[in-house]
Amino acid sequence: MKKKTTMTVLDSHMLAQDIWSLELAYAPEDIPDEVRPGQFAGLYPAGGDMILMRPISICRWDGTRGTLRFVYRAAGKGTRSFTSLRAGDRIDMLGILGNGYDLEKLRGKHVLLLGGGIGVPPMLELAAALQGTADSGTKVTAVMGYRNSGLFLKDEMEVFADVYTATEDGSAGTKGNVLDAVRENKIQADVVCACGPLPMLRAIKRYAQEKNIPAYISLEERMACGVGVCLGCVAKTTKVDDHSKVHNARVCVEGPVFSADDVDLD
Amino acid sequence: MSVTIAGVTLKNPVLTASGTFGSGLEYAEFIDLARLGGVVTKGVSNVPWPGNPTPRVTEVSAGMLNAIGLQNPGMEVFIERDLAFLKGVDTKVIVNVCGKSVEDYLDVVRRLQNEAVDMLEINVSCPNVKEGAIAFGQNPDALYDITCRIKKEAAQPVIMKLTPNVTDITQMARAAEAGGADAISLINTITGAKIDIEKRQFVLANKTGGLSGPAIKPVAVRMVWQAANAVSIPVIGMGGIATAEDAIEFMMAGASAVAVGAMNFHDPYATVRVAEGMEKWCETHGVDRVSSLTGIV
Repeated sequence: MKKKTTMTVLDSHMLAQDIWSLELAYAPEDIPDEVRPGQFAGLYPAGGDMILMRPISICRWDGTRGTLRFVYRAAGKGTRSFTSLRAGDRIDMLGILGNGYDLEKLRGKHVLLLGGGIGVPPMLELAAALQGTADSGTKVTAVMGYRNSGLFLKDEMEVFADVYTATEDGSAGTKGNVLDAVRENKIQADVVCACGPLPMLRAIKRYAQEKNIPAYISLEERMACGVGVCLGCVAKTTKVDDHSKVHNARVCVEGPVFSADDVDLD
Repeated sequence: MSVTIAGVTLKNPVLTASGTFGSGLEYAEFIDLARLGGVVTKGVSNVPWPGNPTPRVTEVSAGMLNAIGLQNPGMEVFIERDLAFLKGVDTKVIVNVCGKSVEDYLDVVRRLQNEAVDMLEINVSCPNVKEGAIAFGQNPDALYDITCRIKKEAAQPVIMKLTPNVTDITQMARAAEAGGADAISLINTITGAKIDIEKRQFVLANKTGGLSGPAIKPVAVRMVWQAANAVSIPVIGMGGIATAEDAIEFMMAGASAVAVGAMNFHDPYATVRVAEGMEKWCETHGVDRVSSLTGIV
């Protein structure tokens, strides 16, 4: 059930240049039954002149404590305003939004997680959730791409996955992008899950098609409502979408996670 | 708290602004739709429309720009899915109708003749589609003509939704009234644009978009007041309503009912909050009938 709730800030700190970690706690009565990796929530900047929520992917979910952690890039006026939050502050949130990854499609497989830049954070929650399926033989390899040696969340990812890194400036790991690191380290997997900038996702779609393995990718789009009414955040689909009856799916409802074959990224 | 518009009684004056609420299905998860005066649906055309490329939305100070381009699944899917859902909801149903030609509009109007629809709102004011829509709303003769033709075919009362992107709103309001409109609603969005100065290009793929949200409220209040003074048919007022006080302001300007639009995105409970707040305001101000506020200034 989706709700707009007021959350309490537990922690806010900078992880790397412009990359911030924000941990929020639900009031006990608002704790959702389920949060799936790949889902997101909308955080509202305080003050009257910014009316829309900022969609931010969930980096960690603790159902027992009722806490959510977000790692976001302070890129615009809204997200920059979140960096002044301190423990004890309150923030309005719309959640939980989107479909998330289907763990059943990944169970028992060698799963390759590819996160680029601010696409890294949702991969951490996915890796943690996949650890719960380790009994079925699930194996997780994560390749994370960064601009530079600010390797945020790398240590935490190592708890759940074999980790490789790529950096644009070559200061750590493979010089280049995540697929360069996949090739350099001769990683072979059964299925790919990815989140990152569009050019990276395009390349991953081609890579998965060449390898003939499924790829599930998380898309980003500017959105207003987050719940499927405004039709602002549509992704072009290869088939006629059941909701829209045209070649558009809503990133906020049918997504943000799509099978790469189902979306037209060009 | 009830108000009557063109013979249709709404349990309270609060409606949803077309395009900001779908057909209510998604927001039914947040609010009880039966607490609304009515649901005004997203625009419906005769065939599915794909809308514009993305980015389609962006935020601006106290508002947003959108250029969705009236994406909708077409009237058959709308009837089968959305109207079937709304049949189970105890509120009035107002279907927003869009088209590229007069014939397109008439297709939808005719198709809805025997459906469970309380009123039609004719969108002659969307700034984001290349043909039709706003072209009918910016020329008084075209507006008069399309209103006449729709009135001949419509089984339900007809509300003409007007655009603020005109020199003289009273001319348009009068043209709609002369064409036989049962009511008018305004304002649709104000055409605007936003440029990303780092990329040196427009933020929206459509370049221009419609401005909505609290930023446009003073313009909307002014136009509702002007239009209400120009015609004797009821006026439905909208444009940046966020609170009950905003809604009361529109009533005083001349509106018989109001609609909450972009602020649904800020707060999914906004419509119910406004309706309850209006009731409370009337109580504390000794107002027996909310309709007595209409045009009081």
